[in-house]
Amino acid sequence: MSGSVPMKAKHQRMALVIVALIAIVAAGLIATWALRNQANYFYLPEQIAAEPPAVGQAVRLGGMVQPGSLETEADGVTVAFVVTGNEASSVPVRYSGILPDLFVEGSGVVAEGSLQADGTFLATNLLAKHDENYVPKELEGLEGHRAADSVAETTVGLD
Amino acid sequence: MHIYANPKRFLSLAKWLTPLFLWSGILVTALSIGWGLTQVPPDRLMGESVRILFVHVPSAWLGMGGWTGIAIASAALLIWKHPLASVAARAIALPGMVFTAICLATGSIWGRPTWGTWWVWDGRLTSMLVLLFLYAGYIALSQATAREGGAPKIAAIFGLVGAVNIPIINRSVVWWNSLHQPPSITAGKSAIDSVFLVPLFVAVLGFTLLFAAIVLMRMRALIAEQQVEARLRRRALDDDMPVATSRLENA
Repeated sequence: MSGSVPMKAKHQRMALVIVALIAIVAAGLIATWALRNQANYFYLPEQIAAEPPAVGQAVRLGGMVQPGSLETEADGVTVAFVVTGNEASSVPVRYSGILPDLFVEGSGVVAEGSLQADGTFLATNLLAKHDENYVPKELEGLEGHRAADSVAETTVGLD
Repeated sequence: MHIYANPKRFLSLAKWLTPLFLWSGILVTALSIGWGLTQVPPDRLMGESVRILFVHVPSAWLGMGGWTGIAIASAALLIWKHPLASVAARAIALPGMVFTAICLATGSIWGRPTWGTWWVWDGRLTSMLVLLFLYAGYIALSQATAREGGAPKIAAIFGLVGAVNIPIINRSVVWWNSLHQPPSITAGKSAIDSVFLVPLFVAVLGFTLLFAAIVLMRMRALIAEQQVEARLRRRALDDDMPVATSRLENA
């Protein structure tokens, strides 16, 4: 080291800040990577099918409202529909209450509730999931905006 | 690069940039808000509530951009000991926090009619709330060190460490299942129809000009405050001095 030019204090500080930044960002990324599964806001139907939660345990189920599956029962406030994930996996859902404005067949939904003994999901609250498309009413359908595609795009692990 | 490090040169530049940014910002923001509220058609699914877009998105971007600015100023302070860096970071913190709060409030108001809830603890909403708390912590820390005469280094390190939240906010809707939709505008493509996109960019420009004007005003105010303090300190010294000199003369 005796022959080398001593590092300027400014450059030393710059190197220190860069090393510190790399360490901080790496730590942050590793932490969020570890949270990858825990920080998901909801489970997909196939995750419910693979590892069914205990009957009565509060969970959130997210997916697409299967087109043609939405039915209103005789009492007028209870609705039944099927939430689908990838191809085969689907969970029947029942819910009594006010539906969010964006809740339509073929769009995304997050249901809060629990799995019943008969395999249906009894929802206590429904949230509509909006996709990233903003389309004026007049153009609806013209450009082939398909909600079914956008649900897959907006949900991790749903291809 | 260091031309504007000189506070005097900065002040002469800021003197005419401040009104320019302020008035053009007020004009462009008013134009974009009027456009968004009256001239834009309702959205296919969200209806009239889509108009919140023109306040929510610029506020979110400025809230995140503000912390990016704090991080850059903090690095400039630590590496080059830039005399204006800590002033700039302190000036950015308050408007950054205000825009983050506006983003959270408008998002909550928007969530009620569209999602059916005011608030959920999903990745995007939670990381944005963390940003609000980081701003609060930064403001408290930087004011405490400035007032107590402590090292501005401490706040600068906090500004750099807090920057880790910015990529997390950005990626939160991509990495995790969240109720908030993924980014509509990514490099090179947009899922927003141009009838919404054009006024949105005008709104972003207007909000940014206002943000810049507020930061310049606050920087000028903070520099003036420092000068007042320096002058008061000098005067206090001068008041003590005559006693000492008269004693010397008598001796």
